[in-house]
Amino acid sequence: MSFHMKNAYARRGLQAAFVSLFALLASAAHADWGGLNMTEGVSILSKEIYALHMKIFYYCVAIGVVVFGVMIYSLIKFRKSQGAQADTTLVHSTKVEIIWTVIPILILVAMAIPTARSLIKIEDMGNVALNIKVTGYQWKWEYEYLNENVRFFSTLKRDSNHARQLGSGIDPATVPHYLLDVDNALVIPAGTKIRFLLTAQDVIHAWWVPAFGMKKDAIPGYVNEIWVQVDADKVGTYRGQCAELCGQDHGFMPIVVEVKSPADYDKWLRAKQEEQKVAGEVSPTAAVNTAVASAAPAAVQQ
Amino acid sequence: MAHEHTADAHDTHAAHDDHDDHDHGPAHGWRRWVYATNHKDIGTMYLIFACVMFFVGGFMAMIIRAELFQPGLQLVEPQFFNSMTTMHALVMIFGAVMPAWTGLANWMIPMQVGAPDMALPRLNNFSFWILPFAFTLLLSTLFVPGGSPAGGWTLYPPLSLQGGSGFPMAIFAIHLMGASSILGSINVVVTIMNMRAPGVGLLNMPLFCWSWLITAYLLIATMPVLAGAVTMLLTDHFFATSFFSASGGGDPVMFQHIFWFFGHPEVYILILPAFGIISEIVPTFSRKPLFGYDAMVYATAAIAFLSFIVWAHHMFTVGMPLAGQLFFTLSTMLISIPTGVKVFNWTATMWKGSLSFEPPMLFALAFLFLFTIGGFSGLMLAIVPADFQYHDTYFVVAHFHYVLVPGAVFAIMAGTYYWLPKWSGKMYDMKLATWHFWLSAIFVNVLFFPQHFLGLAGMPRRIPDYSVQFADWNMVSSIGAFGFGLSQLLFPWIIWKCVKSGSPATSHVWEGSHGLEWELSSPPPYHSWTEHPSREIIARGVQH
Repeated sequence: MSFHMKNAYARRGLQAAFVSLFALLASAAHADWGGLNMTEGVSILSKEIYALHMKIFYYCVAIGVVVFGVMIYSLIKFRKSQGAQADTTLVHSTKVEIIWTVIPILILVAMAIPTARSLIKIEDMGNVALNIKVTGYQWKWEYEYLNENVRFFSTLKRDSNHARQLGSGIDPATVPHYLLDVDNALVIPAGTKIRFLLTAQDVIHAWWVPAFGMKKDAIPGYVNEIWVQVDADKVGTYRGQCAELCGQDHGFMPIVVEVKSPADYDKWLRAKQEEQKVAGEVSPTAAVNTAVASAAPAAVQQ
Repeated sequence: MAHEHTADAHDTHAAHDDHDDHDHGPAHGWRRWVYATNHKDIGTMYLIFACVMFFVGGFMAMIIRAELFQPGLQLVEPQFFNSMTTMHALVMIFGAVMPAWTGLANWMIPMQVGAPDMALPRLNNFSFWILPFAFTLLLSTLFVPGGSPAGGWTLYPPLSLQGGSGFPMAIFAIHLMGASSILGSINVVVTIMNMRAPGVGLLNMPLFCWSWLITAYLLIATMPVLAGAVTMLLTDHFFATSFFSASGGGDPVMFQHIFWFFGHPEVYILILPAFGIISEIVPTFSRKPLFGYDAMVYATAAIAFLSFIVWAHHMFTVGMPLAGQLFFTLSTMLISIPTGVKVFNWTATMWKGSLSFEPPMLFALAFLFLFTIGGFSGLMLAIVPADFQYHDTYFVVAHFHYVLVPGAVFAIMAGTYYWLPKWSGKMYDMKLATWHFWLSAIFVNVLFFPQHFLGLAGMPRRIPDYSVQFADWNMVSSIGAFGFGLSQLLFPWIIWKCVKSGSPATSHVWEGSHGLEWELSSPPPYHSWTEHPSREIIARGVQH
């Protein structure tokens, strides 16, 4: 066997190994990380926040490697059982105290600058194309498309609600999107900057869709605001939950958002407007009627 | 040893000190405990109380983790689940960790500063005996109409105002706990300020005393704030005020500001004494003095100061002005500087030491590693934009359990294993204690590490049921919880066995022990230092 042939084999073997390694890494990046790490999400802010999260995480990992490295080295190297003698003169050094104060300050500055930059972006509520008012109730959400004459309630879907009762005997795994499905999903257009105005009627709730990156409290007497712009190509369904303890059914008021293309969204909005107009013609107090119609029968507010 | 002769010396003071007939030894029977004025007896009662509450709170945690073992509701109704999370927190914070610190302070501070007892023995008795009543009241809310508080230990209105008969009972219980803490803290401050023996200066007393002195000031400063906040809740509920009701012109967010103005110093109340204990144990088992004593003292004071100006980082999602968010994110990040200084100094203490790994050291080392992990997640939580994702998820649950369980609780266990031979005069079963350590250290990570994943993947905290994508890690976490809970049964067993049938301990107990408490016999005399420690003892015993 010639040297060249051997080399070629080796090269091909190496190539195969690399390809499969990359495939493994790629699949790990797509599949396995999913359950372990924060989602990168589909909005401008969620990606910004994800990048910041990873940056701080890597800073922490780097600091951890150094600090834990020194600790582990000491644990191995300076064992009495290995005959280590204590150097009792080593009790103070102003120089090292200054070093390990100043270096962390520099790291913090490196963290603080991108933090401030992201925060300014998050707080920029200018140029919104659509305003949606979100009201939290025990235990459902109400969505109102401001100036569009559309409002409706959104509650946990019936099959999840049956399955989640104590001793229901229904296996949650058999329920599609267990606890994360609603009767009326919020619908928004992709590629559009949308402002959500958050408030509540009874106690404090928090509106959170992880894929959008933002979470904010819905507080009685307050109107909080966040903005979301989903990437134009990220049409789909995104799910979240109430994130502030709001009583016994806090775990059972999910959020479902269907992101449609602007054209599909317009179609949906017109259909919804028609539907609500019809409901409105039956009774002059349209808003109240809609609320009562779409709320579960038991949902009488105090 | 010297103190065997000191009983005579004490007689000269007895005339004006007190007129207690049981001056030189404990009373017999129940009177010893009910009328207790001795710092060791009261310390023991505090520690036993804390241990009982640790298991009560732990049992609640087992109920929580059992319900979360798999998706769907199998065991308890959601309202009861919320009661469990709320009561678990109140019992663990106010019933287990804080009384454990006060118990350790009672036992150790007089011995460490060369004093015969705490400065205010009857106040000491009162501050302890408030606690059983406070917790009887709090725990009895489980049996009243409407159940116990279920709005979270943070008691946020308007939700907390929806509580039943348990609501005013819990508030009165919190008032009692606060009063107990304030009285205990006054005692610590007065003891450290006035009872130090000549030669024990502020800057050479043990760091446990320093960290407790600072903790005591935090308690005195913040407990009245909590009392004020819960009193306003009470009047909102019963006397038609509207401090926190938007419909009456009040502000529900104001409660959160007031609560966390207490709440953030409170988390340092839970951890600063741990810093003190670790600063005692690491040098002992490194056979080397603490590195950077002065820096450690200043770092502790800096943390205490900063703890008052970071409160709103618990509430980034309530909607704050940009400037407010920036201020609280920067001030919070600053806390990592003095905390880092402490971790680096502990590490430097081990550097070029001569390390051995007895149970107290094992717990202290686990503290160093795992508390630092809790510090990292804390730093991540300080970053406001990222906090918009982390807030109120299991990531936060993982974070604060990392600093409180392998942080505060491990330090309490480290301290107990460190000083138990001194207290009892007997050695405990080191092998069994090492088992206790390894089981605790492994299971605590199985329990809490996966909660980081759950939080990042989007699982909110305080929910009794979850969607199936979170099933795997919840099951792992619950297995860790059951393992951790069962392992803790070893702890009282080891202590019981030690007290009943341990072999006699020497006065110094550990090869590298260093400090005034080790100059006393094991067990120490009933009135620790009845005369000032001699100049030689001081020279041997003080820090530097």
